[in-house]
Amino acid sequence: MASIKMKPVDAVVIGGGWAGSILAKELTEAGQTVVMLERGADRSTASDGAYPGSIDELEGNFRHKIFQNLSKTSVTIRNSSDQTALPYRQMAAFLPGEGVGGAGLHWSGVHFRMPPDDLILRTKVKEKYGEKFIPEGMNLQDYGVTYDDLEPFFDKAEKVFGTSGEAYTVNGQVVGKGNVFAPSRSDHFPLPALKDVYGANMFRKAAEEVGFHPYAMPAANASAQYTNPYGVQMGPCNFCGYCSGYACYMYSKASPNVNILPALRPDPNFELRTEAHVLRVELDGTKTRATGVTYLDRNGNDVFQPAELVIVSAFQFHNVHLMLLSGIGKPYDPVANEGVVGRNFVYQNVTTTTAWFDKSVYTNQFIGTGGGGVAFDDFNSENFDHGPLGFIGGSPVWVNQAGIKGIAAAKIGGPPGTPHWGSAWKKAMVDTYQHSVRMDAHGTNMAYRDVYLDLDPTWKDAYGMPMLRMTFDWKDNDIRMNRYVVSQIAKVTKAMGARDVHLGQRQPGEHFDTRFYQTTHLAGGAVMGDDPKTSALNRYLQSWDVSNVFVIGANAFPQGTGYNPTGMVAALAYWSAHHIRTTYLKNPGPLVQL
Amino acid sequence: MRHFKRGVAAALFGGLGVALAGWPAMLPPARAQAPAAAAPGLVAQGEYVARASDCVACHTAPGGVPFAGGLPFALQMGTIYAPNITPDPQTGIGRYTEAEFARAVREGVRRDGASLYPAMPFPSYARMTDADIHALYVYFMQGVKPVASTVKANSLPWPLSMRWPLIGWRMMFAPSVKDAQAKSARPFDDPVLARGAYLVEGPGHCGACHTPRGITMQEVALTGADGTRFLSGGGVIDGWIPTSLRGENRTGLGRWSEDDIVEFLKTGRIRRGSAFGGMSDAVGHGTQHLTDEDLHAIARYLKSLPPHDTTQTPWRYDATLATALHAGDLSARGARTYVDNCAACHRTDGQGYPTVFPPLAGNPVVMDKAPDSLIHIVLTGDILRATHQAPSAFVMPGFATRLSDEKVADVVSFIRKAWGNDAAPATAQDVARVRKALPRTEGDAAVPLN
Ligand SMILES: Cc1cc2nc3c(=O)[nH]c(=O)nc-3n(C[C@H](O)[C@H](O)[C@H](O)COP(=O)(O)OP(=O)(O)OC[C@H]3O[C@@H](n4cnc5c(N)ncnc54)[C@H](O)[C@@H]3O)c2cc1C
Ligand code: SF4
Repeated sequence: MASIKMKPVDAVVIGGGWAGSILAKELTEAGQTVVMLERGADRSTASDGAYPGSIDELEGNFRHKIFQNLSKTSVTIRNSSDQTALPYRQMAAFLPGEGVGGAGLHWSGVHFRMPPDDLILRTKVKEKYGEKFIPEGMNLQDYGVTYDDLEPFFDKAEKVFGTSGEAYTVNGQVVGKGNVFAPSRSDHFPLPALKDVYGANMFRKAAEEVGFHPYAMPAANASAQYTNPYGVQMGPCNFCGYCSGYACYMYSKASPNVNILPALRPDPNFELRTEAHVLRVELDGTKTRATGVTYLDRNGNDVFQPAELVIVSAFQFHNVHLMLLSGIGKPYDPVANEGVVGRNFVYQNVTTTTAWFDKSVYTNQFIGTGGGGVAFDDFNSENFDHGPLGFIGGSPVWVNQAGIKGIAAAKIGGPPGTPHWGSAWKKAMVDTYQHSVRMDAHGTNMAYRDVYLDLDPTWKDAYGMPMLRMTFDWKDNDIRMNRYVVSQIAKVTKAMGARDVHLGQRQPGEHFDTRFYQTTHLAGGAVMGDDPKTSALNRYLQSWDVSNVFVIGANAFPQGTGYNPTGMVAALAYWSAHHIRTTYLKNPGPLVQL
Repeated sequence: MRHFKRGVAAALFGGLGVALAGWPAMLPPARAQAPAAAAPGLVAQGEYVARASDCVACHTAPGGVPFAGGLPFALQMGTIYAPNITPDPQTGIGRYTEAEFARAVREGVRRDGASLYPAMPFPSYARMTDADIHALYVYFMQGVKPVASTVKANSLPWPLSMRWPLIGWRMMFAPSVKDAQAKSARPFDDPVLARGAYLVEGPGHCGACHTPRGITMQEVALTGADGTRFLSGGGVIDGWIPTSLRGENRTGLGRWSEDDIVEFLKTGRIRRGSAFGGMSDAVGHGTQHLTDEDLHAIARYLKSLPPHDTTQTPWRYDATLATALHAGDLSARGARTYVDNCAACHRTDGQGYPTVFPPLAGNPVVMDKAPDSLIHIVLTGDILRATHQAPSAFVMPGFATRLSDEKVADVVSFIRKAWGNDAAPATAQDVARVRKALPRTEGDAAVPLN
């Protein structure tokens, strides 16, 4: 195939998801010419969210119509360094996106700000419990930014996403019934909180009764029609339950497609190229400067796109993969405990508890919205004393009834122990569908020396590139954290008057099993920080080694957090863009001098 | 707005036989003087006039280069194609002198003397000022890139392929430029009204869709001075019925304020309703580009037009059916279909979520005498296009494949009755008729990207 060289542009953005769209918008606003390269197809509500064809559970959640095409690229996975990794060939544990909007098109919409203490976790833990409290082999780090640094950008992201929620404090004043543990905000949520579904409301009352502090989950599912600062509009959510895995047909769930791109596409400085799979970022002879990127176009041509600035925003693990393939930053070596790219790879530690109620209580599991629900944070972040408990981390707990559809309900069936077929199964399934409530402990996963990402020595993807290898397993600290928090849920289910409860807890010694969906909240691997020995990026998400490369995504989190990542990813994207606009473009070079 | 023009052309050939005598008026062959480079302001001014006149709507093929022509007007007996009006000398209008250009635009006569099909709204354009025509000419000659593109030959069979009978139509129905200009220049107390009248009656050619037509397809009134039938609502075009732009309380603009109209023409969406059908294009190509002053002029002028139908009682919201739906009472005709298919966006109380999803309660389109537009949109759905100031497009899905004629009639009747709308019900026959007449393809329905 031909080798094509394109006309140079100011900036090239890799990936058309949340991070990429935010950066492309900000850079075009700054007058830069921007080319955004997206490996997948173009997507929109009118095509992918066309009602009623779009709300097809088989096509959406089981055949994964708008997810990554694993026959072209995937990752390999193993639990520990002494194993041989195998490719992840079928979507299960996590569901990466592909196509314009990325996973941001088929996400659920839970939209949090990072707890302030999580941003300075190492400092906080040392201060509260002493350095010895940190287990051997755990890489606990600070982000290098504080909540106050990021507050304006959390605020901006919420306004762009049209987030629904209720504040607790605005500018230090108590203003509502929001999360008492949440930090003060500079403004209210742009939209009022979504209504509680029935099960969430039962949970709210019970949690209050036992002395916890429930609040409405902040959700990027619009509680009313909304116009964001870009002038683009959203419709109101109708709790149809087709968020996760689908493009929302009501224009109600925030996505790059609905919330940013309508204002970006008409900009003459902006060009979107789809079916453009980036193979690597090209560096000059000094390896300290990127000259552009090479991608394969839809006809298989090798295309070089020269650019002054490269934004890597292809999703957490793709970002790490691209850095490794391009030679940006020193790859992590777990044996020597050196290098940073691939280091501190983390996941989300989620388990689900189910409670069954009297037949007169209809919880109607089919109703719901991806981001809505009721949560309490009494066991999240540093909101409780870890001293006597002996673990680091925590979990928010919530009823996030996102709408369970028919096939999923059939797969869930009844309580553990009921058959998976026949009339007993049917009865239990119907009972569960109508009369149960599911609660998640959505916990942290800390970073460990022997959990990491690197290039697989054996497996190559369809483009001949070495695949990314994940070495991941659950660790004792995180399992104990989960077991403790879940044990607290029992108090709530009791107060709810449950007739039967299944507490979803991790088992001691449990291994990561890729066959079951957990979440797509993967993080770390190219983290931000103040020290280039333990971070691949500085506090502005700029590569320490190649200063005209910025890497935007959850890869920047040094360890896991109890919340879903996207609120933080978006805030970091705006934060980074702000510093590119105000400082970097005026004087390109490292934004942090060592 | 191109839809109406197809309708007009169709009717003209569909058995009218405007077989009146006349001969092509031959002009002495003249070579276009390449106009000396004009002040750049003039090109921009001409572009503005082109927007106000919505030239691009007809003279661009779906997905084609603007003004290079080729938009098909599919008629029962053949197809005619809009000509290339880029300044290409061979295939476009590059050889037109300004006088020839003015004659084509205002009088419907081609450079070679042949008559234009009245799909070209020259009876309205007749009142355009010499200054606007001059700017428009300069724009087309200097601001538009010549595109060599031969538009397909019309495929009308003889005798319909003859253009000379059109001369008679022109003589009977198209005003002379002098008369037209004089009429538009009639005295107004308010210069804003005068400007509004000019824009609406002239370049804007609003009447082409919104004024009823006579049996020979001429608009029954071309200006506000011609009586209250002007802009009192047009005939069916591609299954859509353009509403009255006069002061009727229920079916016209009686309850719209001047600001409502301005906002509507800018964004296609206001608290009272959203643009769809041909109006969506008119906002997209045309009105959104006009200045606030001109939009206010248009709005004020429209607000000055008294109702044609003086019998309408004021619309008042009636909560009876909304309350019933809220209580789970689905016994009213069409209520169940409404709740299952429409209520998510338009709500059980009919208020919608403006300006994202339009209200049906009190919406003039819903209360129109004929249910055609409502039936059509239920069957095919439609697109509210993005504009500069409202960059989000919204797509309503069509229900043609999911709902039978009976069900559509039920739900349309429900919508027409509920919330104080009190319009006459629709029948399954109405639905069948509209369904049958639906255009087979909506050629320019590019899928929005949000
Ligand atoms: C089912 C599901 C539910 C979720 N729910 C939530 C939730 O409720 N709350 C929350 O906070 N988060 C949620 N997430 C996570 C959320 O989707 C991600 O955090 C977010 O989308 C990350 O944005 P991003 O821009 O980093 O990556 P993405 O949105 O994934 O975008 C990356 C883009 O880059 C493209 N790309 C990748 N590699 C290349 C390449 N080599 N060349 C060109 N393009 C490339 C991809 O195709 C993709 O379009 C959910 C995820 C899933 C899958
Ligand atoms: S639940 Fe709400 S946000 Fe989610 S897909 Fe349905 S309407 Fe959209």
